[in-house]
Amino acid sequence: MDLDERARRWERRRDRLINVASPLGLVLAWEVAAQLGLIDTRFFPAPSSVAVALLASVHSGELANHVLMSLQRLFIGFVLGGVPALALGIVMGISRPVRAFIDPLIAATYPIPKSSIMPLILLVFGLGEGSKIIMVAIGVFYPVAINATAGVLQINCIYLDVGKSFNAGRWDTFRTIALPGALPFIMTGVKLGVGLGLVLIAVAEMVGAKSGIGYMIWSAWETFSVERMYVGLFAIAMIGFALTAALNEIERRIIPWKADS
Amino acid sequence: MSSGGPPVSAARDPAKIRIGHLTKRFGSQIALDDISIDIAEGSFFVIVGPSGCGKTTLLRILGGLDAMTQGTIEIRGAAAGRPQHSIVFQGDSIFPWMTVWDNAAYGLRMRKAPKAETDAIVEHYLDRTGLTRYAHFYPHQLSGGMRQRVSIARAFANDPEILLMDEPFSALDEQNRTILQQELLRIWEDDKKTVVFITHSVDEAVTLGDRIMVMSASPGRAKIVIDVPFERPRNVLELRQDPRYGDIVYRIWGYLKDEVERARS
Ligand SMILES: Nc1ncnc2c1ncn2[C@@H]1O[C@H](COP(=O)(O)OP(=O)(O)OP(=O)(O)O)[C@@H](O)[C@H]1O
Ligand SMILES: [Mg+2]
Repeated sequence: MDLDERARRWERRRDRLINVASPLGLVLAWEVAAQLGLIDTRFFPAPSSVAVALLASVHSGELANHVLMSLQRLFIGFVLGGVPALALGIVMGISRPVRAFIDPLIAATYPIPKSSIMPLILLVFGLGEGSKIIMVAIGVFYPVAINATAGVLQINCIYLDVGKSFNAGRWDTFRTIALPGALPFIMTGVKLGVGLGLVLIAVAEMVGAKSGIGYMIWSAWETFSVERMYVGLFAIAMIGFALTAALNEIERRIIPWKADS
Repeated sequence: MSSGGPPVSAARDPAKIRIGHLTKRFGSQIALDDISIDIAEGSFFVIVGPSGCGKTTLLRILGGLDAMTQGTIEIRGAAAGRPQHSIVFQGDSIFPWMTVWDNAAYGLRMRKAPKAETDAIVEHYLDRTGLTRYAHFYPHQLSGGMRQRVSIARAFANDPEILLMDEPFSALDEQNRTILQQELLRIWEDDKKTVVFITHSVDEAVTLGDRIMVMSASPGRAKIVIDVPFERPRNVLELRQDPRYGDIVYRIWGYLKDEVERARS
């Protein structure tokens, strides 16, 4: 192992350390401010009192229950929206006619804030699981499809010529050139999609749900238990944090050709 | 020693590629104008010419990537099961998302060669190009010269009847170029595939080629075809001391100088 490699590893470890240190610092500052009475603890309870509520809901199994429900919806919605988005996005990148056909549809519907179609979704899919999952699916769909298309379009033509000169068929071109060539963009789309999906699942669970983090936050508001509300917020932040970390790790593994940066 | 005559000159060996009155237009611009040439089976055919004279265009047409406007191309007797041609592209063209090994195996995989055969052939050409140690590296971990070797290994491993090479060494420094020229000759002398090699370097053309077609620009035309008398196998460095080497280089420069002057006036 040469020095350069070691330096790079050290840099990576340092970056991860900073990643962990910054939220911890924020919590610490908050605790101090709450203890010194610098902030109104009716709205911003001290992290320590939130921690007590957190422990209580962990103990009762309530938190785990809500988190699992949200994650399950997020996952199903992600698969339901992401897989077709990936396929459609790549086909759009490869085929001009398909792109010409779909592009205006996406351009017209993309700017609609996803949360604003919530009532429509509730109307169509009812108050049950379906509407929550569809919300996530819609949220995931756009960034994945748009980035997959952009990813294919930015592939240098020379690689497609190489494929052609080696008689790569349609499927082989897709598998060996379009997909891996677009993968860095696709991963960006997936990250954006998961982030958006998390926002939407929280919103969706505030309406007509009996479980999930969004429901937990909403019911805390209804019962004025501010600490529990913070437990919910904390849980959703942690989910976001964990998902981002997991996606970064997945990216590192499935895109090994990307130069370390 | 040289044909010296019109662009079409009778080849001694049977022609592998026969190009007749090939013309290519991009809109109203004539990129290639009435090119006729026979390329002998198993020969190393070099095309040299100023930038923009249509070398890449000609190669892409030969490689089936672009269509010609007029003319004919006949390629003789493709053996069953072997691909007709492989291209080494101008500039970086190896897949950044594949390891050296996977890049070199690409052609064989695309035509569904048995795994054992693929492994043996890839191993052979990685060895020939000095890349064995880097088989599991990704292109971003390689130098420019190494990447160009991967590109050559990929083309050779496909075992085509014809190799089309578009300025494969032009982005390299002098030393690397000399080394790779020698390696290319060594690999080529093993099995004597028909090679069409493009360059804008006169030295490179004389060093590598059996015959050299000098092109003129705007419109791209075949100006003259010159035979290179050196025997094989060749040593890239010793060749340069041969008195005939200087003569040929000088002659080709003469034709190209006309070109440059004509383009300026
Ligand atoms: N797709 C295209 N559309 C329009 N014009 C083109 C196209 N490809 C090439 N040309 C034109 O055809 C001419 C020949 O181009 P070509 O790339 O074949 O040159 P070249 O001899 O390979 O040059 P170089 O040595 O710089 O690589 C140029 O004038 C170029 O502008
Ligand atoms: Mg060119």
